[in-house]
Amino acid sequence: MRAVITVIGKDNVGILHKVSGICAEFHANVLEVTQSVLQDMFAMIMLADITEMSGDFSALVDRMDSLGKELGLSIHIMHEDIFNSMHSI
Amino acid sequence: MLNVYDILETIRMIQDECLDIRTITMGISLLDCIDTDIDKACDKVYEKIVRHAERLVPVGQQIEKEYGIPIINKRISVTPIAMLCGACPNQNPVKFAKALQRCADTCGVNFIGGYSALVHKGFSAGDMALIQSIPEALDVTQNICSSVNIGSTKSGINMDAVKLMGQIVKESAERTADRDCIGPAKLVVFCNAVEDNPFMAGAFHGVGEPDCEIHVGVSGPGVVRSALAKYPDASINELADIIKKTAFKITRMGQLVGSRASKELGVPFGIVDLSLAPTPAIGDSVAHILEEMGLEMCGTHGTTACLAMLNDAVKKGGVMASSTVGGLSGAFIPVSEDAGMIDATIAGVLSLEKLEAMTAVCSVGLDMIVVPGDITPETISAIIADEASIGMVNSKTTAVRLIPAIGKKEGEMLEFGGLLGSGPVMPVRDKSPAKFINRGGRIPAPMHSLKN
Repeated sequence: MRAVITVIGKDNVGILHKVSGICAEFHANVLEVTQSVLQDMFAMIMLADITEMSGDFSALVDRMDSLGKELGLSIHIMHEDIFNSMHSI
Repeated sequence: MLNVYDILETIRMIQDECLDIRTITMGISLLDCIDTDIDKACDKVYEKIVRHAERLVPVGQQIEKEYGIPIINKRISVTPIAMLCGACPNQNPVKFAKALQRCADTCGVNFIGGYSALVHKGFSAGDMALIQSIPEALDVTQNICSSVNIGSTKSGINMDAVKLMGQIVKESAERTADRDCIGPAKLVVFCNAVEDNPFMAGAFHGVGEPDCEIHVGVSGPGVVRSALAKYPDASINELADIIKKTAFKITRMGQLVGSRASKELGVPFGIVDLSLAPTPAIGDSVAHILEEMGLEMCGTHGTTACLAMLNDAVKKGGVMASSTVGGLSGAFIPVSEDAGMIDATIAGVLSLEKLEAMTAVCSVGLDMIVVPGDITPETISAIIADEASIGMVNSKTTAVRLIPAIGKKEGEMLEFGGLLGSGPVMPVRDKSPAKFINRGGRIPAPMHSLKN
């Protein structure tokens, strides 16, 4: 089971650190990261293994939401199933 | 394999294009709650619904969080209550409506549908009492929806029921005149009603359905419109292909959410209803899809053709994406719930007659249409009869949800708020169909109903 985390917004110091910090806190192993910074816009997609995560997935969603609000970024974390079901047969 | 483009497309659909699951609806059979003592029956109804549905809202919220997809409503549909009324005649069926309202309050669901009667061929015990009680039931409850099936392709149209429903719709509006006539906004008159519909106000749990099951109704007009907007010069068959691909993705999401809810709740999965259901929100309009296809405004000449293509393409795209498709499945055209339809009505481009033609090629029928408050019950009945005959002859579901705006005239507005939106009063013809309606009897089933 994997979760997809997307972060979009104004670039700032330590975004990657803070997002992956929360993943580590929930024992979600970061598998892949793609990121790009265009001028001052930051965009990142992170794939994390949540098979052995500690705590509740919805608690992780809440943490990411509050981090997004704190940093003024749009952060979404969604179970990979939604992408797999919508985009592959 | 996940790719960046797919991930961003999904997020854009949800964030910017109003993609959502309109409803997860739990269908619950109440046949085992029938009792000759109405109070005992009400207690059984309350106990059974709460036992099955108490986790519906929390499970819905958990799925919303996990997949990041909004589930706008959580609803319940039940066995037509008229079937329970049959065992306790001479009692006031409103007791059942109040019991259902208590269930809605306890479970926290948005609506319970099934304050219904199926009278397409005639009235059985309980049907008449239930229908007579509809105005009071919709007045004293908030979250209860009612429907009456007055015709079918197999049995024809019960004109006695049509006559009665004209009076009931009018009375329901009068009783709730102080609340923007909200009563008839929760009342649908059907021809060829379906037994597994998750959408309100017409949802009920048919007798052929299992004891309990989960249905999902998807939405997503905004997603279809913006997909079409990317191809301004495409031909119509290319547009049909784009709609099919989009409908496929939307339906897959519905299938995922439904099967997940079914697993979490330990209840069998019923159907995915592939409907494009608009909301009054900006960017969530079926009328705007038709305009994106090339109409200056919805309601002009060409609207029926565009809608026919849209409705067909949605089904073709969706049907492969789900193991079981059912319900109403098609494009909805509720006037007050669709920003583009409201604009077109105010501009005088969209008329009742055009809407009637549109209902011949799309899902359901004359939906959420506000008519002048001085409309006669016979005229309402005649509108119901017209719409039911389209359904009967074309072997499709049609429905009428008219809201007589008591004290208001053409050009004024009714404001319902929320998903129900706001509706401009539409003009109706002033010549009387009373003699036709008062004849009573039944319109015989059409020739092609004899298929055996």
